Amino acid sequence: MADSHAASALAHQFEDLDQQHDAASLGMWIFLATEVMFFGGLFAGYTIYRNLYLPGFEAGSHMLNVTIGALNTAVLICSSLTMALAVRAAQMGKRNTLVAFLILTIVLGLAFILVKLTFEWRHDYVEGLAPGLNFTKAKSMELFFCFYFLMTGVHALHMVVGVGVLGVLLVQAWKGRFGPDRYNAVETAGLYWHFVDIIWIFLFPLLYLIGGRY
Amino acid sequence: MATAVENLDTRVHYLNANYGIKSWLLTTDHKRIAILYLASITLFFVVGGIAAVLIRLHLIEPNGAIFEPGTYNKLFSMHGIIMVFFFMIPSIPAVFGNFLVPMMIGARDLAFPKLNLLSWYVFILGGVLTLYAVIGGGVDTGWTFYTPLSTTYVNTNVLSAALGVFVAGFSSILTGLNFVVTIHKMRAPGMTWFRMPLFLWAMYATSLIQILGTPVVAITLVLVAVERLFHVGIFDPAVGGDPILFQHLFWFYSHPAVYIMILPSMGVVSELIACFAKKRIFGYSFVAFSSVAIAVVSFLVWGHHMFVSGQSIYAGIIFSALSFLVAIPSAIKVFNWTATLYKGSISFQAPMLYALGFIGLFTMGGLTGLFLATLAVDTHVHDTYFVVGHFHYIMVGGAVMGYLGAIHFWWPKITGRLYPDGWARLAAAIIFIGFNLTFFPQYMLGYLGMPRRYAIYPPKFQVLNVMSSAGASILAVGYAIPLVYLIWSMRYGPVAGPNPWGAKGLEWETPSPPPTENFEQTPVVTEEAYAYGAKEVEVG
Amino acid sequence: MWQGFSIRPDQASTIAQGVDYLYYFLTAIDLFFTAVIFLTIFYFALRYRRRSEQDQPKQIEGNIPLEIAWTLIPLGLVVVVFLWGTSLFIRNSRPPAASTEIFVVGKQWMWKLQHPEGVEEINELHVPVNQPIKLTMTSEDVIHDFSVPAFRVKKDVVPGMYTSLWFQATKTGRFDLYCDQYCGTNHSLMKGEVIVMEPTEYEQWLSGGIRGGTMAQSGAKLYDQLACITCHGTGKGPPLTGIYGKPVKLSDGSTVVADDVYLRESVLYPSAKIVEGYRPIMPTYKGQVTEEQLLQLIAYIKSLNPQEGKAAK
Repeated sequence: MADSHAASALAHQFEDLDQQHDAASLGMWIFLATEVMFFGGLFAGYTIYRNLYLPGFEAGSHMLNVTIGALNTAVLICSSLTMALAVRAAQMGKRNTLVAFLILTIVLGLAFILVKLTFEWRHDYVEGLAPGLNFTKAKSMELFFCFYFLMTGVHALHMVVGVGVLGVLLVQAWKGRFGPDRYNAVETAGLYWHFVDIIWIFLFPLLYLIGGRY
Repeated sequence: MATAVENLDTRVHYLNANYGIKSWLLTTDHKRIAILYLASITLFFVVGGIAAVLIRLHLIEPNGAIFEPGTYNKLFSMHGIIMVFFFMIPSIPAVFGNFLVPMMIGARDLAFPKLNLLSWYVFILGGVLTLYAVIGGGVDTGWTFYTPLSTTYVNTNVLSAALGVFVAGFSSILTGLNFVVTIHKMRAPGMTWFRMPLFLWAMYATSLIQILGTPVVAITLVLVAVERLFHVGIFDPAVGGDPILFQHLFWFYSHPAVYIMILPSMGVVSELIACFAKKRIFGYSFVAFSSVAIAVVSFLVWGHHMFVSGQSIYAGIIFSALSFLVAIPSAIKVFNWTATLYKGSISFQAPMLYALGFIGLFTMGGLTGLFLATLAVDTHVHDTYFVVGHFHYIMVGGAVMGYLGAIHFWWPKITGRLYPDGWARLAAAIIFIGFNLTFFPQYMLGYLGMPRRYAIYPPKFQVLNVMSSAGASILAVGYAIPLVYLIWSMRYGPVAGPNPWGAKGLEWETPSPPPTENFEQTPVVTEEAYAYGAKEVEVG
Repeated sequence: MWQGFSIRPDQASTIAQGVDYLYYFLTAIDLFFTAVIFLTIFYFALRYRRRSEQDQPKQIEGNIPLEIAWTLIPLGLVVVVFLWGTSLFIRNSRPPAASTEIFVVGKQWMWKLQHPEGVEEINELHVPVNQPIKLTMTSEDVIHDFSVPAFRVKKDVVPGMYTSLWFQATKTGRFDLYCDQYCGTNHSLMKGEVIVMEPTEYEQWLSGGIRGGTMAQSGAKLYDQLACITCHGTGKGPPLTGIYGKPVKLSDGSTVVADDVYLRESVLYPSAKIVEGYRPIMPTYKGQVTEEQLLQLIAYIKSLNPQEGKAAK
């Protein structure tokens, strides 16, 4: 497509839209690889300490609320669905659908963060489970809670960034910026969002479901 | 080859296309960003270098000539942190990678020019945070931040230093990400993988390490910061934490990191040898694959920093075996470079002197790595000056020589000017002599048992320390000279023309300095890399 | 300035010469290959120097047999070095069964050493010549490293765990001891000496220094002071006679060996492992016992083994 709309969608360093799209995708996949390594350090530490202190980890895990955790998991999975539908809408140039699904995804993401903050972390703090701040339970559980807060905290930070990015995209979508030649940003944001979701899908059983009590 | 002398002020190129500080600070041109990095890295080199000078001056006396032990500890820590994270790791990738990767593949810019600019700002932010740590009282944990010393037992600026390094790490990641995507997706028509100059293979391998390794040290520093701030016990044995876990996580990145520091220089050496011998690099594909092999195997050897840490002897044995393996691709490269000289047409301008110096010093220093990979010998020399000698031979005798070679080779392309080669060769010779005098005695000190990071040492080690310090003063002079003539050349140096060295490579087929878009038209590549001389002859 | 200058450290242990031979071999390899590369480059640079700017050198793609040769030869060399170094290392990691055990506690910025006979030293370690000595070490604070270059031995000293090294001194004299893991401000001052003596002199020195009894006796005193017998002598806690070095069955079904690490952990973190058949009622003694006292308690428990000749008196 050689009209001005397409020309402005093509950045000067690329030869054509296909190359631009491929580069954007590869770039995001590589970034996600770095995120895997980033979380990987935490997962490695978790694995080692769980192996050394299984009873403490079990006891700690049992203090978490599985129902809320499962609910949050469902929320995130739904948000991945709405995100995928948003990407589809962008590819098809359906502005209203795109806006709607972006809003839904943001709402679900915010819901996850809010539930985490108010029903989980605040509750954990009140219960005296925050290492370094007011940890009052058995020492054997302290390492578990260190990792619990670290892993869910780093994850939540990534969610916040994701919601922020989606907010920016929402504004641009509202202005009608996306279409069949110009949807890379939505697609790469979608990749990022799915990744954050997948991290949670690993975190949930590793943190909430140790020791089989379900 | 233009014979008329060009007036650099009339032609429009990337340096004069726009004027004003905003045009530099908001540029997305990979070449200008390379210059921004060049300036900032030089500044950090000077800061780290001052620390080095102070260290060597102090060590002239066994009781320490100048500083209290506490201050000395801060000096070597800052020297390490600044040199590793703010000079060595960015150096060639951020300056020459940024400048050359698009040009060498025939592209107009990198895949993500704005991310490139962001990487520079992130680098500066990290640098500011770290300089704050220096000025605000210093850090004295060593650049290795071992726990529980760094988490619980010092009250120096660990947090700001760790934060500075954490932030700077993202600069490294963004640079690597940009290069990988660019090399995969933006090669000009006809530029197949195996027609790429070997510098690009080296940058690609380096980028793999930057992308996969840096995030691990990032999260490790986060853990250290959390432990300092909240007094939780991830690495604290009192709560069941394991201080050796820190070492595993830290070295998982920091060992591959040393290959981030050497692979780009190896890429530079390939370019220099090819140009100044007028020959295609012997065994091109072996050199290319060796770069990638080094990057891959580098992730498997981190435990050789921990042979006496209390880890199991079986872990030690496995890491030792793998560490020997990682030496082999480096050896292959050295042999191939040397073979390239056979029946070449060799000239000895400054860049070539640096390349040849690299090969000799890297060979010697790399082989001392075998001593350290050998379990029984490492037990004796671990954490002694032998290690200090080893890594300085590789990083200074190797990587920095490669960096200087790169500066001298591509300076005409970057600035459009030539510098006085006589002074450049003199500086190279002074650097070579000063370097060896500084660091060779350190092997002997280590073997005799002098530990590293010692502010005060037994008098029997004084002779070798004085020799080392004398060498350091010579080395400092050698480093100062290029600063003078390179800056001089920017104004008074003769105009270089597109290809003063007669080199092959797309970057030499465009004017010096290049236009902002690099090429008038996207080049179409029809020949192999290093298509020097007569027709190709297959031998053996 | 030239006082004491040498280019080779003393060879004062059974392993020193072996390590040195390997070191010399590596030096020879290093110098040999550096020379080969350097001289080859020098020769090619001279022989093939550029005669004119019009030179068109013949381009050579490569040579597969050469590539194979210079891959396999270095590979062969490193395999030899690896096997040699590893076998030395394994041998140097296994203390002979008849070793005398001495205990080391490192702290910022000094070394505390305890002989089982009860003598304590600071920054000095007296040992008899020609006898294997095993050092069991821990730190009170940060990671240190116990290094004696003349013996070619070195091992990190880590808080929260025991590390060990062994040596057998082959000549008498005083040998430098360094801390070789950066440990803070006075790291370079954490220096000491290993003083190797003839066996008779050593015995004299040892008997001259004993105050307060052997480590096991001190441990027995502590055992009384801390009233351990209240549980461990009444059936409320597992009996300790004869348990050192034997397997112990835990409440979660697993089995551990009652070694130094287990005993130390049981005193400091009793709830970490519960012996089968007992309730988790042991209080922790963290903060009430120093690392040296822990080593004394362990020595006492060890002495309760029937085979050990030195039962507490």
